[in-house]
Amino acid sequence: MTVKEIAELLEAKIVCGTEEQLTEDIKTAFASDLMSDVLTLKQTPLLLTGLCNVQTIRTCEMAGLEIIIFVRKKKATEEMIELAQDNDMVLIESDFSMFKACGLLYANDIKPLF
Amino acid sequence: MHFEYKVIEGDFVNAGIASSSVKKTLKQLNIPPAIIKRVVVALYEAEVNAIAHACGGTVTADIDSDKIRLVVADKGPGIPDIDLAMQEGYSTARPEVRDMGFGAGMGLPNIKNNVDKLNVQSTVGVGTTVEMEVNFN
Repeated sequence: MTVKEIAELLEAKIVCGTEEQLTEDIKTAFASDLMSDVLTLKQTPLLLTGLCNVQTIRTCEMAGLEIIIFVRKKKATEEMIELAQDNDMVLIESDFSMFKACGLLYANDIKPLF
Repeated sequence: MHFEYKVIEGDFVNAGIASSSVKKTLKQLNIPPAIIKRVVVALYEAEVNAIAHACGGTVTADIDSDKIRLVVADKGPGIPDIDLAMQEGYSTARPEVRDMGFGAGMGLPNIKNNVDKLNVQSTVGVGTTVEMEVNFN
């Protein structure tokens, strides 16, 4: 599934990201509000999280995650968007709960990391 | 190459500035991405620790042709039992640290998993120094 298709599935708003990034094919995802867990990941491009602050962006920068989907109606601040753009990241905002967002992705063949 | 950064107590907004700068430098030096990731994850964990637990401190990075050496030194409360602090899940983090998505007791163990050499020196009431090395090949 492309990033764009994922955003449509989650009825989500794409806050930033290039056309090239939005056509990237996504096969796996991780979901967590705990950044300590995100920092232990080996490799995945996509994070679903309800933790919406500058450290979410920083953590993903260090962990090499380039696509963040904020769930539960969380909205990225200007500062977060600027930092994400500086690091070539995609930010997406969905009103869905974490459970619903993960369930929809799983049902559409996005695989867990473990 | 030698770099120095200041880490300020409780300044979560700027947590990661040193790690981000080191990441950009290593990228310019064409260090493999998998190695850069190990370096910056370890440094970021140590940076967050200094901000969360100590009164801030300093980060120094020395980049050689074959390795990077990182030292994060603080003048915080110190760690009474380093072996206990190295155990996954052990944490003394305050609620505001947990609100930022950290404080799960995984920082030091995750640093250990990502570096080739780790040395933690700590004196209660004086401070903690975390020395890390990652080889480039």
